[in-house]
Amino acid sequence: MTDYNFAYLDEQTKRMIRRAILKGLAVPGYQVPFASREMPMPYGWGTGGVQVSAAVLTPDDTFKVIDQGADDTTNAVSIRRFFEKTAGVAVTEKTAKASVIQTRHRIPETDLTEDQILVYQVPIPEPLRFLEPSEVETRKMHALEEYGLMHVKLYEDISQHGAIATAYAYPVKVEGRYVMDPSPIPKFDNPKLNMAGIQLFGAGREQRIYAVPPYTQVVSLDFEDHPFEASKADHACDLCGSTTSYLDELIVDDEGGRMFMCSDTDFCAARREDAA
Amino acid sequence: MYVAVKGGERAIDNAHAWLAEERRGDTSIAELSIAQIREQLSLAVNRVMAEGSLYDPDLAALAIKQARGDMIEAIFLLRAYRTTLPRFGGSEPVETEQMACDRRVSATFKDAPGGQVLGPTFDYTHRLLDFKLAAEGEVDPAPEAPAPDAATPHIMDFLNREDLIQPEPTGEDIPPDLTRTPLELPADRALRLQSLTRGDEGFILGMAYSTQRGYARNHAFVAELRIGTVPVEMEIPELGFSIEIGEVELTECETVNQFQGSKTEPPQFTRGYGLVFGLSERKAISMALVDRALRWKELGEDDLGAPAQDEEFVLYHADNIQATGFLEHIKLPHYVDFQSELELIRKLRREAMGQAQEAAE
Repeated sequence: MTDYNFAYLDEQTKRMIRRAILKGLAVPGYQVPFASREMPMPYGWGTGGVQVSAAVLTPDDTFKVIDQGADDTTNAVSIRRFFEKTAGVAVTEKTAKASVIQTRHRIPETDLTEDQILVYQVPIPEPLRFLEPSEVETRKMHALEEYGLMHVKLYEDISQHGAIATAYAYPVKVEGRYVMDPSPIPKFDNPKLNMAGIQLFGAGREQRIYAVPPYTQVVSLDFEDHPFEASKADHACDLCGSTTSYLDELIVDDEGGRMFMCSDTDFCAARREDAA
Repeated sequence: MYVAVKGGERAIDNAHAWLAEERRGDTSIAELSIAQIREQLSLAVNRVMAEGSLYDPDLAALAIKQARGDMIEAIFLLRAYRTTLPRFGGSEPVETEQMACDRRVSATFKDAPGGQVLGPTFDYTHRLLDFKLAAEGEVDPAPEAPAPDAATPHIMDFLNREDLIQPEPTGEDIPPDLTRTPLELPADRALRLQSLTRGDEGFILGMAYSTQRGYARNHAFVAELRIGTVPVEMEIPELGFSIEIGEVELTECETVNQFQGSKTEPPQFTRGYGLVFGLSERKAISMALVDRALRWKELGEDDLGAPAQDEEFVLYHADNIQATGFLEHIKLPHYVDFQSELELIRKLRREAMGQAQEAAE
């Protein structure tokens, strides 16, 4: 594909996106509006992440894409192919070998290093959206640091269900200032948001970019008497035996028999190789 | 053992091959040409150009062919192509007064300079299936009349002379470009109109219809509806003057709306405006009604809480490419989120059942 610029987007557009990224890194957790472009894949399928990846990739990068923790899910394959075609970058399935990782719904089990960038695909960037549908209002609430509504919601969960009934996209506070949606990762992944790598979040349809710089404090919202708990299925992986990784549940027969396996396919495969 | 995740790559390739075969259909039937689609399905081509925000009948026809006639998919193809094009600048405002009209009707005056010209309309056809068409009949040429010498003046200008119609403030020289800057609210009228003209025809129609049925009713008359071609001029910096770079077919609708006056404005008529690429009356009229409904604040009207008055609601949900993408993305795997929901539901149920048990004992 020679008709398109490196990584598809033209340099003007990349510059515009890089500016939004830099602003996001300077104000951790703040949602920066950006002029999202129409990409050759549908909105809601990772166009925000793809635009951020396109803006940060260089020809020397090694790129990894995961969806639900797996490299081989169809949309991850599609996005990886897109950059193989338009940027000609090296691709890998190994977390440790990648310099840029685009993800949907998971943070890899392997800790990221200072040399790595994690790009999240974000459907709804606004953590307050389902409490207040109006963007005009929610932007005001962030500006005034008015997060009472969110705490009331969490409190109502506890009074009604005895626990906070949010299992994924669990809201966090970044560096003591902005409440942020970590994208729909399971809350199991929330503690990993405190990391050495750069975390960039792209929401294409909603035209927002936000970021968490390395070693930034990210705290999951909770109450003293109801502390945050990173939960997962109470099993070990049936393939690699890991008891610490996040698991997918599979239905394996007509009787509803279950098996559990790591959602992070690279992590699981590496453990099995080491054991062999 | 069931291993869900391998084979994605091959599955995608095979799906694409199958799609291509299905698109072609029965190979014993002649293949559609781009020219056939452009000439014989021109209203489909018009819609794809309008909502694709790109005036190119051949590319729109290609998109319709590639999309197997799925209009939103075709619009998407055209939009994705459009983003790769550089923006050179803004044209001069097109002078719709200078339009070479194929059609021009007014619902407010029985006659006016320029006359009523029905043009190629479905309006008074009886909607009976024409079985002759199934036999691929040729059509006789339609009667012709000489083109009018003078330009057709806008009906609104006649109301303007009496100060009966609210004056329009002039906008910026070059309006902001919705496709190059993020939409931030409140949006000015130029941005709102841009959003409406590329918005989904069905959505805009539904919104407009809701105003007619009483959700922020503004009682619109079609002062004028005109369809025809206008030249597009652009100033070339190296030349220092404007030259004609092409022409486009447009549908323009101006509505005149009853207005009793408000705290800030005297009683006078107000306007709604619709302008759409190609021949698209339904869209242009709908757009004018929704435009008028969205102007409540500037005219000092009451917020009736109607959907069509809510700028954020209308502008954020009018785009069918955004909507369809996000809607259809729920087909993608969500195992991870669903798994965490499963764990949560099991936990909550365990606790609820435990409490019920205790209560029973």
